[in-house]
Amino acid sequence: MITKHPARLFVVSVKKRYLLLSQLMEQANSTSPAVTKKRSKLSRKLSDFFKSVYNIHLFILRFFREAFVAPFEFKEIVRQCYEVGVRSFTLITVTGFIVGFIFTKQSRPSLLEFGAQSWIPKLVSIAIMRALAPLVTALIASGKVGSSIGAELSSMRVTEQIDAMEVSGTKPFKFLVCTRVLATTITIPILATYTGFIALFGGYLNVAQNEGTSWSAFMQEVFKPLEFLDFTASLIKSIVFGFTIGIVGCYQGYYSNKGTEGVGKAANGAVVTAMFLVFIEEVIIVQITGNFR
Amino acid sequence: MQKPKAHIDYNNPVIKIRGVKKAFEDYAVLRGIDLDLFQGENLVVLGRSGTGKSVLIKLVSGLLKPDAGTINVLGKEVTEISDKELQELRIRIGFSFQNSALYDSMTVRKNLEFPLVRNRKGITRKEIDKAVHEVLESVGLLQAINQMPSELSGGQRKRIGIARTLILNPEIMLYDEPTAGLDPITCTDINELINQVQQQYHTSSIIITHDLTCAKETGDRVAMLLDGQFRRVGTFDEVFDTNDERVKPFYDYNFIQ
Ligand SMILES: Nc1ncnc2c1ncn2[C@@H]1O[C@H](COP(=O)(O)OP(=O)(O)OP(=O)(O)O)[C@@H](O)[C@H]1O
Ligand SMILES: [Mg+2]
Repeated sequence: MITKHPARLFVVSVKKRYLLLSQLMEQANSTSPAVTKKRSKLSRKLSDFFKSVYNIHLFILRFFREAFVAPFEFKEIVRQCYEVGVRSFTLITVTGFIVGFIFTKQSRPSLLEFGAQSWIPKLVSIAIMRALAPLVTALIASGKVGSSIGAELSSMRVTEQIDAMEVSGTKPFKFLVCTRVLATTITIPILATYTGFIALFGGYLNVAQNEGTSWSAFMQEVFKPLEFLDFTASLIKSIVFGFTIGIVGCYQGYYSNKGTEGVGKAANGAVVTAMFLVFIEEVIIVQITGNFR
Repeated sequence: MQKPKAHIDYNNPVIKIRGVKKAFEDYAVLRGIDLDLFQGENLVVLGRSGTGKSVLIKLVSGLLKPDAGTINVLGKEVTEISDKELQELRIRIGFSFQNSALYDSMTVRKNLEFPLVRNRKGITRKEIDKAVHEVLESVGLLQAINQMPSELSGGQRKRIGIARTLILNPEIMLYDEPTAGLDPITCTDINELINQVQQQYHTSSIIITHDLTCAKETGDRVAMLLDGQFRRVGTFDEVFDTNDERVKPFYDYNFIQ
């Protein structure tokens, strides 16, 4: 008799459960509204929540199925990257600078108490590179990029432009969704790096004002406390943030309700959900990378 | 205007619809539809607002799935074929939307190029330009080539929408209210265009309309959608030779005023 490896058995049983759960969710998805109307408000809300979690998971699976199969929409991806970058560039520059400047200014008094103002560059660089730059970028991009993706796709849905693409032999999911998600996933890490340097520059201005440190001395101090892990963790974080913003915006827009009201809802839903998820992911990733230190 | 004689092959249906039902939530829109569209024919579909005319052609192009029944288009079962086959089939069907559905982030030129570039591999720049000019000329809007859809009037958008579907030379055309909201002269132009497409390319078309002049000038047959079924199908005169209270008002409103 062939004995199966326990790990394999585990995989098989997980797969079975997954399939069973999928079946259940499909059933729930197709129950007629007349049936659901009879349930209480809370149970309906709960089931709506789980349904949307299930549907987002299908949406993500579909993205991976379609995004990496030829033909690739390179031109459209580049165009979308440009859009993402341009849309959030000014706001990110201003916000990044202010965050760096204010953070440095506010942390000076507490460090002065210990006579440790020479630590300021290190503190600033750790705070900005590890946490602030990816987070600030992701929040700004949720507001600027996520909402506009949601609004754009849902107005295309409402005016039947997505249907028109479908009947003209183009896959709208690939052309509209995959390109946008890839664009945010690629561009937001780049923007986050940029935000990091702008914020450091803001911090430097404050340091130079008070201590008169030179730029090169400041930068030397800045890179001292940073490890390779800090850069990788930040990079992974901003890739995850970018993917989240793209997926959430597209999901909200692509499946938005009919009517102009749906456009506003999709834009709003994209921002709120993306910001919420970004914070949750931040917490999770910090916990995980903390284990490697 | 006299409709030129069409060459219709009544032994060769390109669309065969049998027993199709479609409901939204608890409201049954289509309740058992049977319909044939023959090769080379212009079939006009009439019916009150909300009777499911747009739903019918969305079922034909696979945008919606029927609850029951079969839809055979160009020899393929729309509900059973794979995504890839459906995509190939759709290129042979032109779908002109009720609200035009132009891509509003692209100029008129890009709108027209879009289906060409994506479906004709290896097409040259020159061929694209030629096709775009030709099709724009046939809808009389060559001057709008570099405009954005938002800068066009409703009627112009409609014509660009039709042009965008004609550019792939489809074997079947589905027109959803091609003349709605247009002035009488443009209506006549559109009717002539529909007939010209039928004559030149032997295209078979379903034309949804409320405009009986359009129905009379373009239709070889007329089908009337009543209570979710095609109750009256035949030539224009056959369909309106009745005292049915649900049919007569269409005629009276259009011709006795
Ligand atoms: N995607 C959809 N979801 C829910 N209901 C729909 C959907 N599409 C159509 N309906 C419903 O189906 C019915 C028929 O709609 P349809 O658009 O086919 O009407 P129509 O005959 O084209 O009318 P009109 O002449 O006004 O264009 C309407 O009651 C509409 O509310
Ligand atoms: Mg309609």
